[in-house]
Amino acid sequence: MPLVKGGKIVGDRFAHVADGAELPEGCLLVSAARFLENPEALLKRGKVGVIWPNSRDVDDLVPYLDRLAAVALVFPTFRDGRAYSQARLLRERYGYRGELRATGQVLRDQFVFMLRAGFDAFDVKKQADAEAFAQTVQRYSVFYQPTGDGKLTALHRRMQLRHSESAGL
Amino acid sequence: MTSPLEQKKIKITGPSIVTANRTWDGAVIYRTAQQGWSAELDDAAIVRSSDDARALLAESTADDVGAVGPYIAPVLVSESGKVEPGNLREQIRRSGVTIGLPAQTLGLPVQV
Amino acid sequence: MYAYDEIDRTLVNERVAEFRDQVKRRLSGELTEDEFKMLRLQNGVYLQLHAYMFRVAIPYGTLSSQQLRRLAHVARRYDRGYGHFTTRQNIQFNWIKLAELPDALADLAEVGIHAMQTSGNNTRNVTSDQWAGVAPGEIEDPRIWAEILRQYTTLHPEFSFLPRKFKFAITASAHDRSAIKIHDIGLRLHKNAQSETGFEVLVGGGLGRTPFIGKTIKPFVHGRDLLSYVEAIMRVYNQYGRRDNIYKARIKILVHELGVEKFAAEVEEEWQQMRDGALKLDDDVVEDIRARFFYPKYQKLPHMPDELKQASADPAFERWRKNSVATHKVQGYSIVTISLKPVGGPPGDATADQMDALADLADKYSFGEIRVGHEQNLALPHVAKHDLPDLWKALDKLGLATPNVNLVSDIIACPGLDYCSLANARSIPIAQELTRRFANHDTAELIGRLHINISGCINACGHHHVGHIGILGVEKNGEEVYQITIGGRADEKAELGTLIGPSVKYDEVADVIEDIVEAYLALRATPEELFVDTVKRLGVEPFRERVYATR
Repeated sequence: MPLVKGGKIVGDRFAHVADGAELPEGCLLVSAARFLENPEALLKRGKVGVIWPNSRDVDDLVPYLDRLAAVALVFPTFRDGRAYSQARLLRERYGYRGELRATGQVLRDQFVFMLRAGFDAFDVKKQADAEAFAQTVQRYSVFYQPTGDGKLTALHRRMQLRHSESAGL
Repeated sequence: MTSPLEQKKIKITGPSIVTANRTWDGAVIYRTAQQGWSAELDDAAIVRSSDDARALLAESTADDVGAVGPYIAPVLVSESGKVEPGNLREQIRRSGVTIGLPAQTLGLPVQV
Repeated sequence: MYAYDEIDRTLVNERVAEFRDQVKRRLSGELTEDEFKMLRLQNGVYLQLHAYMFRVAIPYGTLSSQQLRRLAHVARRYDRGYGHFTTRQNIQFNWIKLAELPDALADLAEVGIHAMQTSGNNTRNVTSDQWAGVAPGEIEDPRIWAEILRQYTTLHPEFSFLPRKFKFAITASAHDRSAIKIHDIGLRLHKNAQSETGFEVLVGGGLGRTPFIGKTIKPFVHGRDLLSYVEAIMRVYNQYGRRDNIYKARIKILVHELGVEKFAAEVEEEWQQMRDGALKLDDDVVEDIRARFFYPKYQKLPHMPDELKQASADPAFERWRKNSVATHKVQGYSIVTISLKPVGGPPGDATADQMDALADLADKYSFGEIRVGHEQNLALPHVAKHDLPDLWKALDKLGLATPNVNLVSDIIACPGLDYCSLANARSIPIAQELTRRFANHDTAELIGRLHINISGCINACGHHHVGHIGILGVEKNGEEVYQITIGGRADEKAELGTLIGPSVKYDEVADVIEDIVEAYLALRATPEELFVDTVKRLGVEPFRERVYATR
């Protein structure tokens, strides 16, 4: 499953570690259950990310956000949109700055929504979709609602235009 | 007729077919015995056991480029082998709405 | 009439381009139906019995004549020459081809019409009062806020994959013509003691398998807080709404299972954390939206023009005027309801020719504006009283002047088994037969206001639960049978109807309805007592006795 980051396919520096398995060197992605068993030990080790289920509040993860290298959220099917709320809360309410990865059934037609919600890494299901990422995210230039992506909303763009008109610009 | 969208366990009670809608235009189509689709009910493959019905449906569902939403529907087969839709829903799908289209009922000039 | 600007148009065009690409990938097989279905639903494309159905959005039920003409064009060019106006102020076309949909959407985009989110598990058309902006006594035009909500909910990245569909309605009049109490979020616009605009927020109304009347979770949300408060509700729903069972996935179930107080508390907790964020609405943002709404330059006209006095000698005109013409907030003007319920016709349908002709009449008599009501009728909101006689003659020729608005033959019906793949039974032929039984206008006037609602399955798109008489089609042993309820209402006194007795066969429904009406005429305290009030006063029993005495 190709990983897309920064708009293109990249190698995945994170190893996904199963619950009972030994921890190898390098960046790791572990399950929420494993992480919460001994978060301090894992965080001390550094370069650790957590796979957080979409059925659980992100509140429990908040104390560790500033030391996590990655948080992976889950779309069990593309129609289950709970991870969008989780992503926005992590970015906008809790100020999370690390890698925020979309996993599960990650398809082309949700890339724009995911980016707007704060995801910056995508575990894309289909090769063709991963290759089309950069082109796909240019589909829209108008956004009606504010999210953490900082894009100017239509309402505010209009206000800007109005002000520049009245300022004679 | 209970919407086939609510069908859970597949169990047929008489001769049945698989029907769907054609992807590009939504027209009613029937699964044939040659792993294809036809707009004619006469071409439909008829199954008579629940196992055969399941198999036919599975094969139809896998062929989803040309067809949308396949499901199992009952048919009536006369002595002479003539196949007719087995319930009101399938009759409506084959012959169209049972009501006049608006222009007709108002006695106004009919659109194409 | 909201004027789309370059920004709005760009978004619609970008959406059309995206859907064109998605259709291409579906037809080539690159997208499976499982991957495509939700995408097409989010562009209003259903699969029905014989064909695709295309549901086009008419935001808060307001159309320009140019837009209505374009709908007529779509009906002709891509469909079979007619369209159906729905109980959510949208329009549906029943014979559309998927391969032609991107072109139809492009044609509609040229006049600022789209089909975004008219289906799918996202937020749907924000509906409102079809008399918004012209009703006497209205506090302020609710469509300003409906447009603010429309923009906010369109392609919202967080809320495009909800547990289930989500519907908003907003009213600004004492008499609720928007049925806010049967919506996921219902908004009642009013002013607080400081004369500031705000909303009573109701949540969890809805019909279908488990009907509920909406409950107030906050009596006053200030206008500036509307979007942040709505976002709090949606976030709670997105995270905690059930996803294991589609019949338990609406917000009404969440509200019911948590209890109203707990639900309101969850929303409040979420809202307190974001109320001062980016969603706070500045006054000048609201004013900017308000400024884009066009209002006619009304003339100073007399209350009773000569043309009207003279025309009143014509009993046919008078009958229509008393039935279909309502008081406008500006003297000398009227609101004209256009009945789409002709005798023997499918309720809510209009032909392409009728649409074009109506667009011309709107230009001539209504400042180019048409409205769509959730009762599946249309309206011309700004007709000068002196134009009423000429307008009526023109409407009559078009078959659009049946004087049955709000009467027994003004039936609301879903498409039913003739069209819809979810249906268990037909609804349109039942409606048609009822219009024939009650075709006599004197009889209909004698009966008075009586809303009959017909649904062809439990999904209740015909809103049968809140009909004065509700008819629900079900299937029993391969036959169509109908359950009948009485005493429901959809307005500010919303309540669900009560079952009158055992279900009735297809051929008997019209007879039973006639018996119910006869019972009402015999039982009513005065001719002014409405059917629904007689039921309230006496209960179901006296009706049940009479109807089932010989059955």
